[in-house]
Amino acid sequence: MAIFFQGCQFNCRFCHNPETIHMCNHCGDCVKTCPANALNIIDQKVVWNKDVCVGCDTCIKTCRHNASPKITWMGCDDLLKEIVRVAPYIEGITLSGGECTIRKDLIMELFPKVKEMGLTTLLDSNGSLDFEQNKEILEYCDGVMLDVKAVNKEFSDWLIRYPNETVLKNLEYLLKIEKLYEVRTIIFPDRDQDNEETVRYVSGIIQDKCFYKIIRYRQFGVRDEQRKILGDFTTGEAYAQSYVDLAKSLGAIKAYMV
Amino acid sequence: MSDALNIVKDTTLTYDQTLLALAKLGENTDSSIVYSDEYYQAKAAGALCDLNEGRLPYRPRYICPDYELLFQKGCDFLGLTPPKDLLEAVNDLEIFYSHVPSVTCYPVYLGDLDRLLEPFVLKEDREYAKKILKLFLLHIDKVLTDSFVHADIGPEDSVTGRLLLELTEEMQLAIPNLTLRYDPQLTSDDFALACIRCMLKTAKPSFANHRMFVKEWGEDYAIASCYNGLKKAGGGFTLPRLKLYECSLTAKDVDDFLNHELPRYIDLQLEYMDKRVRFCVEESNFFKSNFLVTEGFVKQENFTGMFGLVGLAECVNHLLGIEDKKKGFGLNEEATKLGLKIMDVIDQRVSEHEAPYCDAFGHRYRLHAQVGIDSDGMEDSPGTRIPIFAEPTILEQLEINEKFHPYFPTGTGDIFKFEETYEKTPEAILPIIKGSLNRGLRYFSGYLENCDVVRVTGYLVKKSEIEKLNQKKQSLNNVTIFGKGAQDGAHALDRRVVKHDDHGTR
Repeated sequence: MAIFFQGCQFNCRFCHNPETIHMCNHCGDCVKTCPANALNIIDQKVVWNKDVCVGCDTCIKTCRHNASPKITWMGCDDLLKEIVRVAPYIEGITLSGGECTIRKDLIMELFPKVKEMGLTTLLDSNGSLDFEQNKEILEYCDGVMLDVKAVNKEFSDWLIRYPNETVLKNLEYLLKIEKLYEVRTIIFPDRDQDNEETVRYVSGIIQDKCFYKIIRYRQFGVRDEQRKILGDFTTGEAYAQSYVDLAKSLGAIKAYMV
Repeated sequence: MSDALNIVKDTTLTYDQTLLALAKLGENTDSSIVYSDEYYQAKAAGALCDLNEGRLPYRPRYICPDYELLFQKGCDFLGLTPPKDLLEAVNDLEIFYSHVPSVTCYPVYLGDLDRLLEPFVLKEDREYAKKILKLFLLHIDKVLTDSFVHADIGPEDSVTGRLLLELTEEMQLAIPNLTLRYDPQLTSDDFALACIRCMLKTAKPSFANHRMFVKEWGEDYAIASCYNGLKKAGGGFTLPRLKLYECSLTAKDVDDFLNHELPRYIDLQLEYMDKRVRFCVEESNFFKSNFLVTEGFVKQENFTGMFGLVGLAECVNHLLGIEDKKKGFGLNEEATKLGLKIMDVIDQRVSEHEAPYCDAFGHRYRLHAQVGIDSDGMEDSPGTRIPIFAEPTILEQLEINEKFHPYFPTGTGDIFKFEETYEKTPEAILPIIKGSLNRGLRYFSGYLENCDVVRVTGYLVKKSEIEKLNQKKQSLNNVTIFGKGAQDGAHALDRRVVKHDDHGTR
C-alpha cells in the first residue's frame, strides 16, 4: 500500500503532481469552482467532503498555490487502522509524497508498529533529509527509494530549485548501510549532457547493489508554463533505453526503464 | 415459420450450432418428467430457471472423467491403448474428448493437463513438446468450440504447466478455460507469478482455493465449466437456479420471505432436481450403457446435484426497499447481513434434504453461485456478486466475497478487472490473491482491461468474436452468443475494480 504525504520542499519543474507541493492556505478559490459542492469553508478552513467528491480535479486546476484541498489529516492510529484492514492482502507499505520525511516523527511512531504486523516498510524520498544525521528514522525502515534527479549543480538548481548536496550524500550513505532499495532518474527529451552526467554518476556509485529505475519524462500533470520549457511530449522509448544501456555498461546491471 | 425452420435459416449459426439447436428442439417435444403445478407456475413467473437443460436428461449436465485411468489402461470402446509418448497421449485425449458429453455436448473438463502430460513432456525436447502441445491446444479451440471446456493445472510447478502458459499467451485463444489449483504451500511464488502474468494477457488462468476444495471434495476434485467444483470420476447431474430477485417479489416482507416464500421456492427447485436425477440414473441410457460408466471412467455415486442461485444482491435490495444499488448489498452492512441470513436459510434447507443417489456426498446436493446467462439482464447479478456499476474498492469487494464464497462447494467466483499499470507489477497482485484465499475466497479471476480475450461473468470470449456476431457473421465458439447477450443486456464487460485510493491524499 502506498501512502501519500502532502507537502514537499522541492519545486521540480517536471513535477507531475504539483498539487502535492504545498499545504492548502484556505484561500477558498476552489470552493467557488467545485461543480459538486464537495468543498466548503468551515471555521475559515477549506473542508473536503470525500463522499460527494466526483474526482473531477477542478479544484486542482483552480489552485494557484500548488496545493490540494483533497487531503485527510491522519495521525498514527488513523493510519494503523487503515493498514490493519489491508494487511492480509499486501506485503508492505511505502510512504510517498509529496515528501514523506517531513513527517519524521509520525514515521518513527508508525514503522515499528507496521513491522510488528509482519509488513515491509519503504520510504520513497526526494533525499532532502540527511539520513546520516537522522539514523533513527531508518531503524524500522527496510529501504529507501531515492530520487536522484540531477547531479550537475547548475542543472539541479534550475530543475529542482533546491540544493542537491544532501541528496548526493544520502546516495552514498544509504548504499553503505545497505538501505538503498532503488534509485530513480528521469530522462528528459533532448538534454543529452545533463541526462548522461546524472546516469554516469549514479551508475558509478550504485553498481550492482540496487535497482536503478530510469523513468521517461512524461508531460501529463506538468504545469503549463513548465511544459512549454521541458516539452509537451514524452521522452522517446529508444532514447531512454540508451541510458539504461549506458547504466548497464557502467556496471549498474539492475537498471530498467519505466 | 416453425421453430425448426427459424433455426435452419439463421445465418449466424454454424452447422454444429444448427444441429445442436435442432436436437434441443426435438428433446423438448417430450414431457415424460412431470412436475407439480406449483413448480410450473414459479418457473413461468421467472422465480425458477432450468438454464434450458432440456426436458430429457439423457446424460448428466457435467461429466469429469478419470483421465488417469485412460492413461493406465486405455479404452476398450474406443480401441485406445495406454500412451507411450507425448504424441500418443495427446492423440488419446483428443479422441476421448470427442466422446465426453455434457449439457452443451462438449466436454466441460479436460483433466489436470500438467499432471497428465508431464511424464511424456519430460521425455521430449522442450521445443518439440511445445509444438505438440500447440497443436493440441489448437485442436481443442477449433473442435471443442465452447468456452465451458475447462482444463486445470497445478498446484505444483511443472514444465508442462509452464509450456501451457507460454502457449496460452502466444495463441490468445478463448478455449479452453483454465484454472490454477492454487495453494501457496504447494505452488511456488514464481509459478503463481507466471500464472498472473498470463492472466493479465489472456484472462486466464483463474485461481482456485486448492486447500478449500480439497477439504470439501478430497484430493480428486475437478474445476469444470465456468468454475464448478466437482468430483473427478464423477460430475454434476443438474444445475437449476433460484432467481432470487424474482423470488423476493412474492414476499410481503423480509420475514415472509425467509420463513415462507424462500423455503417454498427451495423445495420446488429440489423437486425439480430429484426428478431429473432419478430420470437420468433410472431411465436414460447413460448410466446403464455408456462406455464412460461401463469402463469406470465415471462412477454414478460420484455425481451430485448443483443447487444454483443468482441475484442475491437484487433480492436483498428489493426486500429492504433500497433503490440505489450503490447503497445496497455489499456496500451496506444491514443488506449484507440479510444476504448472509438468506444464504443460511438456503444452506440449511438444502443440506437437510435427502437427495436421491449422490452417494459420495451423503445423499446431499451442493450449492452453486451461478454466473448468469445472456438473457438475465440487470435484474439478477451473478450468484452473490455485488452488481455491475456498484462495485466498491477491491478491498471491500474481496471482504464481501470472503463471507459468501464458503457456501458454494460447486462453485462461485468473482472477476477483478485490472488497469494497465498492473502489467508491470504483477507481484502486487499475488499478495492480494494469497490474502483473500487465506480468508475464505474460493475463486479469483482477473483480466486486464484492454485484452481481446475477456471473461464474461465466468467464461471466456474474444471481443473480436462478439464483434463478428454484431455484424451478423458466424462465430465458431458456441458461447460467443452468450457473451454478446451478457454484454448487451447486463453490461458484463463493464465490470470494474475501483482502486483503493489509499488515503485520498492525492
